[in-house]
Amino acid sequence: MVESRGSIPGAHQKHLVKFYGLSTCIWCRKTRQFLEDESVAFDFVYVDLLESDERESVKDEIRKWNPRVSFPTVVIDDAQCVIGFKADELKQVLGL
Amino acid sequence: MSAEITPERIEKVYQRLDREAKEAAYNLNPDKSFTLGLVEGLLVNEGRYGYWACPCRLADGVREKDLDIICPCDYRDPDLDEYGACFCALYVSDDVRDGKQELTPVPERRPPGGPTAQAEEPEHDEELVGFTRSGMPVWRCKVCGYLCARPQPPLKCPICKVDKDRFERFA
Repeated sequence: MVESRGSIPGAHQKHLVKFYGLSTCIWCRKTRQFLEDESVAFDFVYVDLLESDERESVKDEIRKWNPRVSFPTVVIDDAQCVIGFKADELKQVLGL
Repeated sequence: MSAEITPERIEKVYQRLDREAKEAAYNLNPDKSFTLGLVEGLLVNEGRYGYWACPCRLADGVREKDLDIICPCDYRDPDLDEYGACFCALYVSDDVRDGKQELTPVPERRPPGGPTAQAEEPEHDEELVGFTRSGMPVWRCKVCGYLCARPQPPLKCPICKVDKDRFERFA
Protein backbone atom coordinates (compact mmCIF):
# COMPACT_ATOMS: atom_id res chain seq x y z
CA MET A 1 0.00 0.00 0.00
CA VAL A 2 1.38 3.37 -1.04
CA GLU A 3 1.28 6.17 1.52
CA SER A 4 -0.33 9.42 0.44
CA ARG A 5 2.41 11.60 1.92
CA GLY A 6 5.92 11.21 3.20
CA SER A 7 9.53 12.33 3.21
CA ILE A 8 12.41 10.51 1.60
CA PRO A 9 15.85 11.15 3.09
CA GLY A 10 18.81 11.67 0.79
CA ALA A 11 22.36 12.97 0.60
CA HIS A 12 21.32 15.98 -1.48
CA GLN A 13 19.53 18.27 0.96
CA LYS A 14 20.52 21.62 -0.50
CA HIS A 15 17.11 22.14 -2.09
CA LEU A 16 13.57 21.91 -0.79
CA VAL A 17 12.03 19.43 -3.20
CA LYS A 18 8.30 18.68 -3.33
CA PHE A 19 7.10 15.86 -5.53
CA TYR A 20 3.43 15.78 -6.51
CA GLY A 21 2.29 12.58 -8.18
CA LEU A 22 -0.41 9.99 -8.72
CA SER A 23 -0.02 6.48 -7.29
CA THR A 24 -1.21 4.97 -10.60
CA CYS A 25 1.11 6.97 -12.86
CA ILE A 26 4.18 5.35 -14.39
CA TRP A 27 5.87 8.66 -15.19
CA CYS A 28 5.45 9.65 -11.55
CA ARG A 29 7.02 6.33 -10.56
CA LYS A 30 9.98 6.98 -12.88
CA THR A 31 10.43 10.50 -11.54
CA ARG A 32 10.35 9.36 -7.93
CA GLN A 33 12.79 6.55 -8.76
CA PHE A 34 15.12 9.06 -10.38
CA LEU A 35 15.10 11.30 -7.28
CA GLU A 36 15.76 8.29 -5.06
CA ASP A 37 18.54 6.98 -7.31
CA GLU A 38 20.18 10.41 -7.23
CA SER A 39 19.81 10.44 -3.43
CA VAL A 40 17.80 13.65 -3.39
CA ALA A 41 15.90 14.38 -0.17
CA PHE A 42 12.28 15.19 -0.99
CA ASP A 43 8.70 15.29 0.28
CA PHE A 44 6.09 13.43 -1.74
CA VAL A 45 2.31 13.63 -2.08
CA TYR A 46 0.10 11.24 -4.06
CA VAL A 47 -2.85 13.46 -4.85
CA ASP A 48 -5.16 10.63 -5.93
CA LEU A 49 -4.90 9.11 -2.44
CA LEU A 50 -5.95 12.27 -0.56
CA GLU A 51 -9.43 12.89 0.81
CA SER A 52 -11.41 15.49 -1.10
CA ASP A 53 -10.78 18.60 1.08
CA GLU A 54 -7.08 18.01 1.32
CA ARG A 55 -6.99 17.09 -2.34
CA GLU A 56 -8.48 20.44 -3.34
CA SER A 57 -5.99 22.40 -1.24
CA VAL A 58 -3.06 20.45 -2.71
CA LYS A 59 -4.45 21.02 -6.23
CA ASP A 60 -4.47 24.77 -5.46
CA GLU A 61 -0.83 24.44 -4.35
CA ILE A 62 0.11 22.74 -7.63
CA ARG A 63 -1.95 25.13 -9.74
CA LYS A 64 0.35 28.03 -8.76
CA TRP A 65 3.16 26.27 -10.60
CA ASN A 66 1.31 24.22 -13.15
CA PRO A 67 -2.12 25.58 -14.17
CA ARG A 68 -3.06 22.27 -15.80
CA VAL A 69 -2.38 20.37 -12.56
CA SER A 70 -0.70 17.52 -14.41
CA PHE A 71 1.59 14.89 -12.93
CA PRO A 72 4.35 14.51 -11.97
CA THR A 73 5.02 18.07 -10.86
CA VAL A 74 8.22 18.71 -8.91
CA VAL A 75 8.58 22.07 -7.16
CA ILE A 76 12.08 23.12 -6.13
CA ASP A 77 12.71 25.69 -3.36
CA ASP A 78 9.25 27.15 -3.92
CA ALA A 79 10.89 28.87 -6.86
CA GLN A 80 11.03 26.49 -9.83
CA CYS A 81 8.95 23.70 -11.20
CA VAL A 82 9.58 20.73 -13.47
CA ILE A 83 6.51 19.20 -15.11
CA GLY A 84 6.65 15.64 -16.38
CA PHE A 85 9.51 13.13 -16.14
CA LYS A 86 12.48 15.21 -17.29
CA ALA A 87 15.67 13.80 -15.80
CA ASP A 88 18.00 16.26 -17.53
CA GLU A 89 16.02 19.26 -16.38
CA LEU A 90 15.88 17.94 -12.82
CA LYS A 91 19.63 17.34 -12.85
CA GLN A 92 20.23 20.88 -13.96
CA VAL A 93 17.87 22.53 -11.49
CA LEU A 94 19.08 20.38 -8.59
CA GLY A 95 22.75 20.72 -9.55
CA LEU A 96 23.31 16.95 -9.79
CA MET B 1 -16.15 -5.17 -4.58
CA SER B 2 -13.76 -5.21 -7.51
CA ALA B 3 -11.78 -8.21 -8.67
CA GLU B 4 -8.30 -8.56 -7.29
CA ILE B 5 -5.54 -7.20 -9.50
CA THR B 6 -3.24 -10.13 -10.15
CA PRO B 7 -0.37 -10.38 -12.66
CA GLU B 8 -2.50 -12.91 -14.59
CA ARG B 9 -5.39 -10.46 -14.87
CA ILE B 10 -3.07 -7.64 -15.94
CA GLU B 11 -1.52 -9.89 -18.60
CA LYS B 12 -4.95 -10.93 -19.89
CA VAL B 13 -6.11 -7.32 -20.24
CA TYR B 14 -2.80 -6.44 -21.87
CA GLN B 15 -3.27 -9.22 -24.45
CA ARG B 16 -6.78 -8.00 -25.26
CA LEU B 17 -5.68 -4.38 -25.58
CA ASP B 18 -2.75 -5.38 -27.75
CA ARG B 19 -5.00 -7.38 -30.06
CA GLU B 20 -7.60 -4.61 -30.28
CA ALA B 21 -4.95 -1.97 -30.88
CA LYS B 22 -3.42 -3.95 -33.76
CA GLU B 23 -6.83 -4.63 -35.29
CA ALA B 24 -7.48 -0.88 -35.42
CA ALA B 25 -3.92 0.00 -36.60
CA TYR B 26 -2.81 1.43 -33.24
CA ASN B 27 0.20 0.24 -31.22
CA LEU B 28 0.65 -0.32 -27.54
CA ASN B 29 3.96 0.85 -26.13
CA PRO B 30 6.42 -1.97 -26.94
CA ASP B 31 8.15 -1.56 -23.54
CA LYS B 32 6.07 -4.32 -22.04
CA SER B 33 6.90 -3.83 -18.36
CA PHE B 34 6.03 -0.13 -18.75
CA THR B 35 2.78 -0.99 -20.50
CA LEU B 36 1.84 -3.60 -17.90
CA GLY B 37 2.30 -0.89 -15.27
CA LEU B 38 -0.16 1.33 -17.11
CA VAL B 39 -2.65 -1.53 -17.43
CA GLU B 40 -2.33 -2.07 -13.68
CA GLY B 41 -3.09 1.65 -13.16
CA LEU B 42 -6.16 1.33 -15.38
CA LEU B 43 -7.40 -1.63 -13.34
CA VAL B 44 -6.79 0.27 -10.08
CA ASN B 45 -8.91 3.10 -11.47
CA GLU B 46 -11.58 0.65 -12.63
CA GLY B 47 -11.87 -0.51 -9.01
CA ARG B 48 -11.80 3.05 -7.69
CA TYR B 49 -14.10 4.82 -10.12
CA GLY B 50 -15.82 2.12 -12.12
CA TYR B 51 -14.18 3.16 -15.38
CA TRP B 52 -10.75 3.34 -16.96
CA ALA B 53 -9.68 6.84 -16.02
CA CYS B 54 -6.19 7.62 -17.39
CA PRO B 55 -3.67 6.43 -14.78
CA CYS B 56 -1.52 9.51 -15.39
CA ARG B 57 -4.29 12.05 -14.80
CA LEU B 58 -6.21 13.04 -11.70
CA ALA B 59 -9.76 11.80 -12.13
CA ASP B 60 -12.70 13.59 -10.59
CA GLY B 61 -14.57 10.37 -9.91
CA VAL B 62 -17.74 11.52 -11.69
CA ARG B 63 -17.94 9.77 -15.05
CA GLU B 64 -19.49 12.75 -16.87
CA LYS B 65 -16.60 14.96 -15.78
CA ASP B 66 -14.00 12.35 -16.66
CA LEU B 67 -15.43 11.16 -20.00
CA ASP B 68 -12.63 12.82 -21.99
CA ILE B 69 -9.90 11.03 -19.99
CA ILE B 70 -11.38 7.53 -20.08
CA CYS B 71 -8.86 5.36 -21.90
CA PRO B 72 -8.50 5.67 -24.85
CA CYS B 73 -8.87 9.37 -24.14
CA ASP B 74 -10.15 12.12 -26.44
CA TYR B 75 -6.55 13.40 -26.68
CA ARG B 76 -4.87 10.18 -27.79
CA ASP B 77 -5.06 10.69 -31.54
CA PRO B 78 -3.94 14.37 -31.62
CA ASP B 79 -1.07 13.48 -29.25
CA LEU B 80 -0.08 10.48 -31.41
CA ASP B 81 0.00 12.83 -34.40
CA GLU B 82 2.03 15.52 -32.68
CA TYR B 83 4.27 13.61 -30.23
CA GLY B 84 4.15 10.00 -31.36
CA ALA B 85 2.58 8.94 -28.08
CA CYS B 86 -0.48 9.59 -25.99
CA PHE B 87 -0.13 11.45 -22.69
CA CYS B 88 0.62 8.34 -20.60
CA ALA B 89 2.39 6.62 -23.54
CA LEU B 90 0.18 3.53 -23.49
CA TYR B 91 -0.28 4.10 -27.23
CA VAL B 92 2.59 5.04 -29.52
CA SER B 93 3.04 5.79 -33.21
CA ASP B 94 4.67 3.38 -35.67
CA ASP B 95 7.87 5.46 -35.58
CA VAL B 96 8.13 5.31 -31.81
CA ARG B 97 7.32 1.59 -31.84
CA ASP B 98 10.05 0.98 -34.40
CA GLY B 99 12.60 3.11 -32.54
CA LYS B 100 12.78 5.71 -35.33
CA GLN B 101 11.46 8.42 -33.04
CA GLU B 102 12.39 8.97 -29.41
CA LEU B 103 9.66 8.90 -26.80
CA THR B 104 9.56 12.33 -25.17
CA PRO B 105 7.27 13.65 -22.41
CA VAL B 106 3.89 14.64 -23.83
CA PRO B 107 2.58 17.95 -22.45
CA GLU B 108 -0.94 17.94 -21.07
CA ARG B 109 -3.40 18.88 -23.80
CA ARG B 110 -6.50 18.61 -21.64
CA PRO B 111 -7.90 22.01 -20.65
CA PRO B 112 -7.51 22.67 -16.89
CA GLY B 113 -10.23 20.79 -15.01
CA GLY B 114 -11.42 19.12 -18.20
CA PRO B 115 -13.85 20.31 -20.86
CA THR B 116 -16.81 20.36 -18.45
CA ALA B 117 -14.99 22.96 -16.28
CA GLN B 118 -14.75 25.32 -19.24
CA ALA B 119 -17.40 27.82 -20.21
CA GLU B 120 -20.35 25.99 -21.66
CA GLU B 121 -19.78 25.68 -25.36
CA PRO B 122 -22.74 26.94 -27.37
CA GLU B 123 -24.69 24.08 -28.84
CA HIS B 124 -24.50 23.85 -32.58
CA ASP B 125 -28.01 22.57 -32.92
CA GLU B 126 -29.07 25.46 -35.07
CA GLU B 127 -26.32 24.71 -37.56
CA LEU B 128 -27.38 21.13 -37.96
CA VAL B 129 -29.62 20.39 -40.86
CA GLY B 130 -31.02 17.84 -38.47
CA PHE B 131 -31.03 14.76 -40.58
CA THR B 132 -29.21 13.46 -43.56
CA ARG B 133 -31.03 12.72 -46.76
CA SER B 134 -31.63 9.19 -45.59
CA GLY B 135 -33.31 10.60 -42.49
CA MET B 136 -30.58 9.20 -40.25
CA PRO B 137 -28.54 11.27 -37.79
CA VAL B 138 -24.75 10.86 -38.04
CA TRP B 139 -22.72 10.11 -34.91
CA ARG B 140 -19.04 10.81 -34.45
CA CYS B 141 -16.69 9.01 -32.05
CA LYS B 142 -14.75 11.73 -30.23
CA VAL B 143 -11.80 9.40 -29.77
CA CYS B 144 -11.10 8.07 -33.25
CA GLY B 145 -13.47 10.06 -35.49
CA TYR B 146 -15.46 7.02 -36.63
CA LEU B 147 -18.74 8.13 -38.22
CA CYS B 148 -21.91 6.15 -38.50
CA ALA B 149 -25.46 6.94 -39.58
CA ARG B 150 -28.02 5.24 -37.38
CA PRO B 151 -30.82 6.23 -34.98
CA GLN B 152 -28.50 6.01 -31.94
CA PRO B 153 -24.72 5.74 -31.55
CA PRO B 154 -23.45 2.15 -31.19
CA LEU B 155 -22.99 0.72 -27.68
CA LYS B 156 -19.28 0.52 -28.40
CA CYS B 157 -17.19 2.13 -31.11
CA PRO B 158 -16.30 -0.71 -33.51
CA ILE B 159 -12.91 0.91 -34.15
CA CYS B 160 -11.58 2.01 -30.77
CA LYS B 161 -14.08 0.20 -28.50
CA VAL B 162 -15.05 3.21 -26.38
CA ASP B 163 -18.57 3.37 -24.92
CA LYS B 164 -21.64 5.02 -26.41
CA ASP B 165 -21.35 8.17 -24.28
CA ARG B 166 -18.13 9.12 -26.10
CA PHE B 167 -20.09 9.86 -29.31
CA GLU B 168 -21.37 13.26 -30.37
CA ARG B 169 -24.00 14.21 -32.91
CA PHE B 170 -22.20 15.12 -36.11
CA ALA B 171 -25.05 15.74 -38.56
